[in-house]
Amino acid sequence: MLSSLYKKDKTASWLLGSIALLSVLVPLFNFIFPVESALHFSAYSVSIMGKYLCFALLGLSLDLVWGYCGILALGQGAFFALGGYAMGMYLMRQIGNRSVYGNPLLPDFMVFLNWQELPWYWYGFEQFWFAALMVMLVPGLLAFVFGWLAFRSRVTGVYLSIITQALTYALLLAFFRNEMGFGGNNGLTDFKDILGFNIQSEAVRASLLLISGFMLILAFVVSRWIMSSKLGRVVTAVRDQESRVRFLGYRVEHFKLWIFVFSAMLAGIAGALYVPQVGIINPSEFSPINSLEIVIWVAIGGRGTLYGAIVGAVLVNYAKTLLTGWAPEIWLFFLGAAFILVTVFLPDGLVGFWQRHFQAQKS
Amino acid sequence: MQSITHRMKTFFFKRCFLSMALLMLLMPSFTLGEETVQIDVFNEALTKLTAASMQERSAAVEQLAAVQEPKAIVILQALLDGHLLKLKNDGKLVIGTDNGTGYQVNDAKTGQDLGRVDRDATQKITVNNSLRTSLRKTIGRLELKANDAKVRIAAVHAIAKAIDEEGLGLLRDRLTIEPDSSVQDEIKRVLGLEDLNSTDKTARLSAIDLLKNHATQDVVNRLNALVEKDADGNYVEADTDVRNQAKAALVTINSRLKLYAGVETLFFGLSLGAVLVLAAIGLAITFGVMGVINMAHGELMMLGAYTTYVMQQLMPNSLGWSLILSIPAAFMISALVGIAIERGIIRFLYGRPLETLLATFGVSLFLQQTVRSIFSPLNRSVAAPEWMSGTLQINDFLSLTWNRLYILVFCLMVFALLLQILKSTRLGLEVRAVAQNRNMAKAMGVPTARVDALTFGLGSGIAGVAGVALSQITNVGPNLGQSYIVDSFMVVVFGGVGNLWGTLVAGFTLGIANKLLEPVAGAVLAKILVLVFIILFIQKRPRGLFPQKGRAAEN
Repeated sequence: MLSSLYKKDKTASWLLGSIALLSVLVPLFNFIFPVESALHFSAYSVSIMGKYLCFALLGLSLDLVWGYCGILALGQGAFFALGGYAMGMYLMRQIGNRSVYGNPLLPDFMVFLNWQELPWYWYGFEQFWFAALMVMLVPGLLAFVFGWLAFRSRVTGVYLSIITQALTYALLLAFFRNEMGFGGNNGLTDFKDILGFNIQSEAVRASLLLISGFMLILAFVVSRWIMSSKLGRVVTAVRDQESRVRFLGYRVEHFKLWIFVFSAMLAGIAGALYVPQVGIINPSEFSPINSLEIVIWVAIGGRGTLYGAIVGAVLVNYAKTLLTGWAPEIWLFFLGAAFILVTVFLPDGLVGFWQRHFQAQKS
Repeated sequence: MQSITHRMKTFFFKRCFLSMALLMLLMPSFTLGEETVQIDVFNEALTKLTAASMQERSAAVEQLAAVQEPKAIVILQALLDGHLLKLKNDGKLVIGTDNGTGYQVNDAKTGQDLGRVDRDATQKITVNNSLRTSLRKTIGRLELKANDAKVRIAAVHAIAKAIDEEGLGLLRDRLTIEPDSSVQDEIKRVLGLEDLNSTDKTARLSAIDLLKNHATQDVVNRLNALVEKDADGNYVEADTDVRNQAKAALVTINSRLKLYAGVETLFFGLSLGAVLVLAAIGLAITFGVMGVINMAHGELMMLGAYTTYVMQQLMPNSLGWSLILSIPAAFMISALVGIAIERGIIRFLYGRPLETLLATFGVSLFLQQTVRSIFSPLNRSVAAPEWMSGTLQINDFLSLTWNRLYILVFCLMVFALLLQILKSTRLGLEVRAVAQNRNMAKAMGVPTARVDALTFGLGSGIAGVAGVALSQITNVGPNLGQSYIVDSFMVVVFGGVGNLWGTLVAGFTLGIANKLLEPVAGAVLAKILVLVFIILFIQKRPRGLFPQKGRAAEN
């Protein structure tokens, strides 16, 4: 599959190769070169690199629904956060009696709220396999129910965008509540172990980066394969001419629902990889502006290309790291300007611009 | 001094004109003498007040009370409050207000402003407990005769606080001649509460009957006490009839209280709905009529709120006017910004609604950060003018805040105005034509580009006006717009795109639903429930409560 991909698309394979190289080399350089060496990558750059890869996976998941199926989902951040919470719950249970209150069963915030027993929905999360399953199942189930209702009654376009935004907003409000049992305002944090290894250790950070890179490449290859299959072609046709596809006898809502659920699961995995690397998950991940930021990554990179989403996510987040460190007030100006300029002048994003430019030169 | 006495005489003459005329008819020779005597008594009493002995002082209070002189109340009140002072140098009696470093004093007799004096230069006229009690009574008695009904009600309350036979007598006498019904009610309630303590059973029963219709918190507490059981399980009140009567009265009162609570919830719901409608109605124009998703709508509201803040900084001495002038100013500023957005960005994106959404979201971030850089990220508070603050007290259990009441009225006015503009102006006609069929309108000679800009300006201007209203109920900060954007989209979508009446109905419905759910589920959960409800509702009716019909609805 990889070799056939290489023959068909050189750009994509170059991109995949550099991701693989980076996710191996960055932690490797962090290990072998001493701190004073010019080739040394700090632990900080390892974790920030891992963060970017998670965002790239998240951007990729949005590109599937928006770029290929034309559904501008403004609630992609909700699936990301749900996956993150599922992983966070596993990590919380691993703390055990090393927490501040030392309760072996209950996380600190529950002790603080004077809860006596673990809520039922926390059961099973002490097992990694269960949590890993939930990372995909919970976002997938939400996407299934929501999408089934929405696509069946043919809610499309702007309406769909707005109700997806309402969905993540409602979840934001819900997770802020202490009574929900997810740590309220503070969320879940203060993690200790993952699979028995210290989460702060450099080896774990390096492996998380490696896994993120691997998951990204895997997701890319699978998505690519799906999109070039017959199913993917129908999905693209739904984007371009929904009514015509329906008249041809396809059940449009089934295709939409399928791609929506798949994308939500990918977003959930991205969230699950993100949480151990940043060490916290809180309700602000649900805020509508986060979901809108994902949209801008994909728009800047170029939608409907898959690698555009990856390029966009990494570039925008790199710019965010630079700008918020250098002059925080510039960041929103930059983001705002990016939204305007890209939609007005670069409707195909950077990848589209580069392709046109490149092809124009060739011919 | 002479001129002052003269002024006093004329004042007196006016006040006592009728009685004087009567007196003149009966005994013309006494009139002038009577008046002079009164003033002499007044002056004498004032001198006596400064006397050393407490007995003489209380005699002076009695004398002052007997004089028919409006200043007497002021002086007595000052005495009670400890504001009546004697100047050490000339023994003049003054009323002083403490301003931190000394006293700002006015002559007690004439009210003349005597400027500031040091604390050491004065001596306080002291009172003891028994004098204080009699002072309260005297003031109450005097105020009971005041011209202003509000003062009389306050006097009734003052008397009720230290009730005795004498006070009851006063109130009974007053009730027979009292012209104002609200004062009558107040007196009846006090008398009724007093009658409850009597030994006469029929008096108590009729008192309960009377109180039933004049319920206040006091009355409810008193009646509740009548039906209570003590620690041993025996009724505190021995008389069964009285107890049953009280129970029946409480049932009546409680059902009325429920009604008031319902009215209050309705009012809260309507006022929240008014805010939602104000926030959504500009959006209904840009989204509904033009099909443009303006994510910067909230920020245009924020600009309106900041305009109010700036206007208030410009004219800090006239809060009321600055608020009123803010309305056109905010409209202009938001409308201009809106037109700039339309001309600069949106016109390149017609027919691509999702792209418009993204670009205007960029604008919203831009505006937010601009405001944050200019005014700081901290919230600014906009002061409310006097007529906006406070409450409209309808009765003891129901009061409505003025600012929300005004916003409700304001919202309806804006709505009516907008409807009128769309219905009967040339711009309105052109807007509707373009909304229905852009190409056909163009073919008929409608300048669509200009209409687009003006429509967007109108919608944005209304957002600015909504911002003025919002500045009166929340803090003005860079995030003001963000918190309303999801809500206002919900209102428009719920009501049905392209339908102003739908927006109005949807706004009020959602407002009331929110406030109805709040006591049951809590504020946050209520909001979540409403959001979930709308999400489900859209599935059922994708085009909202009042969908557009006909050809315009096709695309």
